[in-house]
Amino acid sequence: MSLNEIYTELIRYHNKNRANKKEIKDATISERGHNPSCGDDITLYIKIDKDIIIDAGFTGSGCAISQASTSIMIDLIKDKNINEVGDILETFLKMIRKEMQDENKLDLLGDAFYLRNISNMPARVKCVVLPWHSLKVSLEKL
Amino acid sequence: MRIDYKKDFPIFQKKINGNTIVYLDNAATTHKPRKVIESIEEYNKNYNGNPHRGAHYLSMEATKVYEDSRKKVAEFIGAKNENEIVFTRNATESLNFLAYSYGLKNLKKGDEILLSITNHHSNIVPWQMVARKTGAKLVYLTSDENGQLIKEDIDNKINENTKLISISHVNNIFGTIHPVEYIIERAKLFSSTVIIDGAQSVPHLKTDVKNLDADFIVFSGHKMLASMGIGVLYGKEENLHRLDPFLFGGDMIEYVDLYDTTYDEIPNKFEAGTQNVEGALSLMVAIEYIENIGMDKIQSLEKELLSYALAKLEDKKFLKLYGVKDLNYRTGIIPFNVEDVHPHDVATILDNYNIAIRAGHHCAQPFMKHMGLNSSCRASLYFYNTFEDIDRFVEALGKVRGYLNYES
Repeated sequence: MSLNEIYTELIRYHNKNRANKKEIKDATISERGHNPSCGDDITLYIKIDKDIIIDAGFTGSGCAISQASTSIMIDLIKDKNINEVGDILETFLKMIRKEMQDENKLDLLGDAFYLRNISNMPARVKCVVLPWHSLKVSLEKL
Repeated sequence: MRIDYKKDFPIFQKKINGNTIVYLDNAATTHKPRKVIESIEEYNKNYNGNPHRGAHYLSMEATKVYEDSRKKVAEFIGAKNENEIVFTRNATESLNFLAYSYGLKNLKKGDEILLSITNHHSNIVPWQMVARKTGAKLVYLTSDENGQLIKEDIDNKINENTKLISISHVNNIFGTIHPVEYIIERAKLFSSTVIIDGAQSVPHLKTDVKNLDADFIVFSGHKMLASMGIGVLYGKEENLHRLDPFLFGGDMIEYVDLYDTTYDEIPNKFEAGTQNVEGALSLMVAIEYIENIGMDKIQSLEKELLSYALAKLEDKKFLKLYGVKDLNYRTGIIPFNVEDVHPHDVATILDNYNIAIRAGHHCAQPFMKHMGLNSSCRASLYFYNTFEDIDRFVEALGKVRGYLNYES
């Protein structure tokens, strides 16, 4: 894979974009995600009101792929119902694990669909999945 | 004129997308010269048998290969004799061996185990287990911002409570050479046992165990041109005699009764089960290759490369370089970060130029935390690297920021 296929304009944009990089003090749930082997370390904050994610943000540091994936994910889940988010989450994980059977479902993913390339880079899959894993743990705690 | 050592290493002829590999991850593992690779094939074609067991030709040949390798290792590090050399899988296994056979048996509540904050996880985690089980206390030597230990700190922390000191000779992230001679001297005042983790030093610095006078030294073969899966535990003969076996089974016994067993002599009593004969052989051949060049020469080749690289990197504003400035106190390791770019992205981008470096926390989280680093990049040299390797590395580094929309 060429570097331009990995570090796409979308990843470069979201890596530098700080809009979602914020702690939410009155978050309903905060969940730390950590890749011990490389040092990606983020905390995801989600604020929920009547089953709707009304705000989300993250703090921490990590590689461009983990940072962009987190930012894209937050854009995607904001203002959505948690059941809908559960569906998005499952679809994303299936896409990255290459287990997607119903390609139509990929429409759910919005910009996150463009992270699909990373599934071809075994060494970086854990980076792209990190925030989604934190989201999964968060939803399970509800 | 530098000798082209790379021609002896088949992997350096390999091309990916039309270009050779610039291998700067030697602190992780090194490559094997043709002689080492061929020796393994030769062994399997002609001498393979189970050593120490049979009266037949192949078993005897395998025994000879294995024991000759042990002699070679003993001679290389200046051991009194080959009985002081125990073969293990790697430095990690050697340290675990000592944690179980020495630590659990000899330490008790109130004793202190002195480690260094600069240690690799393999020289921390086993001792945490020992401390938990025995009630002994873990104490850490601290370091300055360059990863160097501090004399007053050493003086304070080696005292009458210090029963065991286990410390790396060379730190695996910054390449800092620690004053192990001084530590050993001080340890003698309090009869503390000293273990030296030589994983990053034995391949790069001349090691003479008699001069050093440590109780135990551990190292790995694969970081010095040999196969993975062969490692060494050196122990003074009188120390080894006092240790119980770590693993039990065949070939380490003298007499086995239904309920009791007497063990073989050292070092055999520590080597249960069929051993890695071809690994031991690969280490012997690797040592012969290294001896042909000479450890002094290896050290000076690496220093030359290091100072060439640092001179080229020093003025790059987007780089943060770590480690001690005086090259007499470090081996050929270049620790750095690229501003705004996470180490894993740096490694991925360099990999695109066939340049191999390590990124992450390097199995030393306590040290990284101590340095205030989440993760870092590490380029590590061996004698076979060339000035051209450094040039390609520096050139590609200059392009890294651009891939993430930062100005170079």
